[in-house]
Amino acid sequence: MRKILLKSIDSLFEKIAENETLYMPQDTKSGAKFEKWQMGAKLSDALNTVRSAKDFFFPQTENLMDFKVEGKNIEVIDTRSETEDFVVFGVRACDVKSFDILDRVFLSEPVDTYYKNRREHAVIMSVACTKPVETCFCQTFDIDAANPEGDIVCYKTDDMLYMDAKTEKGEKLLSTLNDITESADETAVNEQKKVIKERLSKLPLANLTADKFGSGKTSEFFDASEWGELSQVCLGCGTCTFVCPTCQCYDIKDFSTGHGVKRFRCWDSCMYSDFTKMSAGQPRLTQLERFRQRFMHKLVYYPTNNDGLFSCVGCGRCLSKCPIQMNIVKVMKKLGGKENA
Amino acid sequence: MQEINREILISKAVELMENGTANRVLGWGKGEFDYDITPAVFNDANALKDNFVWGDFCGANFSKYLIKETAKGEGKVLVFLKPCDSYSFNQLLCEHRFDREKVYAVGIPCGGMLDINKIKEKCDGILSIDEENGKISVNTLYDGKIELDRNEYLSERCINCKSKKCVAYDELIGENGDVLDSKRFDEVEKIEKMTPDERFAFWQNELSRCIRCNACRDVCPACTCEKCVFDNPNSGVENKAASNEFEEKMFHIIRAFHVAGRCTDCGECSRVCPQHIPLHLLNRKFIKDINSFYGDYQAGETDCGRAPIVDYTTEDIEPNEAVERGDGNA
Amino acid sequence: MLDTKEALIPVVGVVTDIRIDTPDVKTFRVVTKDGKKAFEHKPGQCAMLSIPGVGEAMFSITSSPTNTEFMEFSIKKCGCVTEWLHSMEVGQQITIRGPYGKPFPVDTEFVGHDMLFIAGGIGLAPLRSVINYCRHYRDRYGKIDIVYGSRSMQDLVDYKEIIDEWSKDSGVNVHLTIDREQPEWNGHVGFVPNYVKELGFSTDKTAILCGPPIMIKFTLAGLQELGFDKTQVYTTMELRMKCGIGKCGRCNIGSKYVCKDGPVFRCDEIDELPDEY
Repeated sequence: MRKILLKSIDSLFEKIAENETLYMPQDTKSGAKFEKWQMGAKLSDALNTVRSAKDFFFPQTENLMDFKVEGKNIEVIDTRSETEDFVVFGVRACDVKSFDILDRVFLSEPVDTYYKNRREHAVIMSVACTKPVETCFCQTFDIDAANPEGDIVCYKTDDMLYMDAKTEKGEKLLSTLNDITESADETAVNEQKKVIKERLSKLPLANLTADKFGSGKTSEFFDASEWGELSQVCLGCGTCTFVCPTCQCYDIKDFSTGHGVKRFRCWDSCMYSDFTKMSAGQPRLTQLERFRQRFMHKLVYYPTNNDGLFSCVGCGRCLSKCPIQMNIVKVMKKLGGKENA
Repeated sequence: MQEINREILISKAVELMENGTANRVLGWGKGEFDYDITPAVFNDANALKDNFVWGDFCGANFSKYLIKETAKGEGKVLVFLKPCDSYSFNQLLCEHRFDREKVYAVGIPCGGMLDINKIKEKCDGILSIDEENGKISVNTLYDGKIELDRNEYLSERCINCKSKKCVAYDELIGENGDVLDSKRFDEVEKIEKMTPDERFAFWQNELSRCIRCNACRDVCPACTCEKCVFDNPNSGVENKAASNEFEEKMFHIIRAFHVAGRCTDCGECSRVCPQHIPLHLLNRKFIKDINSFYGDYQAGETDCGRAPIVDYTTEDIEPNEAVERGDGNA
Repeated sequence: MLDTKEALIPVVGVVTDIRIDTPDVKTFRVVTKDGKKAFEHKPGQCAMLSIPGVGEAMFSITSSPTNTEFMEFSIKKCGCVTEWLHSMEVGQQITIRGPYGKPFPVDTEFVGHDMLFIAGGIGLAPLRSVINYCRHYRDRYGKIDIVYGSRSMQDLVDYKEIIDEWSKDSGVNVHLTIDREQPEWNGHVGFVPNYVKELGFSTDKTAILCGPPIMIKFTLAGLQELGFDKTQVYTTMELRMKCGIGKCGRCNIGSKYVCKDGPVFRCDEIDELPDEY
């Protein structure tokens, strides 16, 4: 365990950025956002970023390949290149857990090499949540904001930043910071963990449970009458999907540049009316069906395929950002019956 | 503060349901917290008593929901219209988007809605928000009660409220207000005064943050096309993400053109933008130009008639003149 | 290290032959630039074909894996990618990636069984691969019955192959039907589900269905009336797909992805899925 005075945190960032690209939450006009560190950059005080950390591994748009087309001939051009190592500071426990959820999709066979390339080159410096807020419900999914996962886990106290390397990658990075950090014992961190746990227990959503949902519950919830009421005011926009750290549906599109064709991938949303549309028909015609798909996927389908792991990390972004304030908590409470009311 | 309270609205709704005027109510439904209010349809008095709310976070404009709601079933739907909602209501009637006969509209006064994002900037861990005499009192997890001056936490659209007058209703609760002399074009003027390069940089910065979630379009009461051009794979512009920065801007600019002369400036687009892009400024620029080219015009002021930009008269400004006179049209 | 193989990056294929099957179905023969098969597959599996700039779409591989020289795709014109494919000439290059999906259990469950293939319209395309596989390894399977129907005689896909090859095999019975009477047609007239019931097959067969959803629904009901159990009946499904590898998230029915867990399903497995198809 190493520590550094919080008032010297800029020198920590500077030191890391000497060798590697560093990203950390900074305040922008859109709220807190992971931005590349540059001299003078200030760490945001916000609890979490507006967009999730999934962008690092699964960006909103990315080029997959190029094609050269000449007459009847086609040439496929592999545009991939090895990502350079980078460090992300300030990832919260919820977002770190989302990487595990995304890994199970993108790193399962056949591996998505675009994702894997970036994932392998990232060092994650997570930060425990000193002040979780009312929209937080990571505990529902057994995520401990006092003990995040990550390559290096950081804790903020009143005046110190403590850093605990958890992986080989983390140790390697932390050892390069020895000049500006001091060795620390665990006393202050243990104290901090206690404070966080106490705070977590007092959150308004602390008792929200997902026990009723999970693997194999498709028939129990698919035809529930509540979907009608829950989805009736859904606008069918993609806000929840796009701010969600675990939503990973994508579309693949071709774009003619005039000199050739770029095939790119972009985020897509099961909330969109054309998501499943094909020339032969449309299996999900109504917003009810699309709305149901999104929540069934997070609470039932994904767990069914992934040893019971839910595809929600309780980050609360959808609670803050949905234009009509419909969200997974309201869905769980409505469908989950009395124990969640 | 709000002049009326939840109880007044519930008793009005119950009365209208009991006397058969309406059989359901489109209103604001209670959230998890004091501020996350969801539009909801209430079918009986009990549902209203359990879940209906009215207060400082009832910003959602229901007019657009009437298109779907009036298409369902028999009987009238009761809708509460704040002054700014009533303009959207009228505009939709102008465009024949729903059957007026299937709606019973109750106009209600509005004291302005609060912007939760502004409050969240000051308060961590909001447990409750109460309001009294122009002060809001936020009970927080870490700092106890925080007192804030209500006026400072109003939504932008409410600070620049254009009208406290309900322009469409079957009945009114309370006195009708007046059209206000708002400062809503001040920001537009600032942008007009920029050099073209500055202006380009301004919009570049704003619009480059767009994540193409379509929330602005989907919430917009003027965006009621059954099939949006941006959802049509055959249109050539359907893209869920922009393939370059230019496209990103095009989405918003095309949308602004499409709602020009029809946008009532209800401000929902900016309220829902997860990236805090001031989209209303694009629309206000159009409104300001229409005012200066054709005389003051407010979309949705009435429920019929033709807007100046879709109505040809020989008095109309010539295109070249418009370019010259247009404030900062360069 | 960057992996050399990326599933989403296709190889280039050359169209070496185009056969007009029906007014709206063409069969395309595809090999790689060096004249080989792009990859090996099993009956029932699919491939992603694309024309850069137009789009990519999933098609079942119509040719049998026993064909060592090329692959074939029978494609009905019904969208922008298929329209483009139909406008191609021989020599055109396209891209191809695959194989995708779970195949028919031709080397396990099907072995030793009498086979009953039932197809409607373009639904014969995915079955042609299985039928020719079974014909190739004729001694592994019992009797083969093929019931195939289409709107008209002109809409019967692979008509020439059916008449010249399939119906001449020993132990293979072909039963053709068309929806409406036609002067030049001497065969059966009527819809596939009814024809299946009229033919009244013995229930010791393994049945494979492919066609429009409505045909599948009524044929399955008919087979059950005849005494078939759903565990004896297989079908293959189609939904919108983009990645083909279970990641892009759109072809699911409940927790199953058609591209990865399908497209071949046994009908009792479909019962466990929510009613979304």
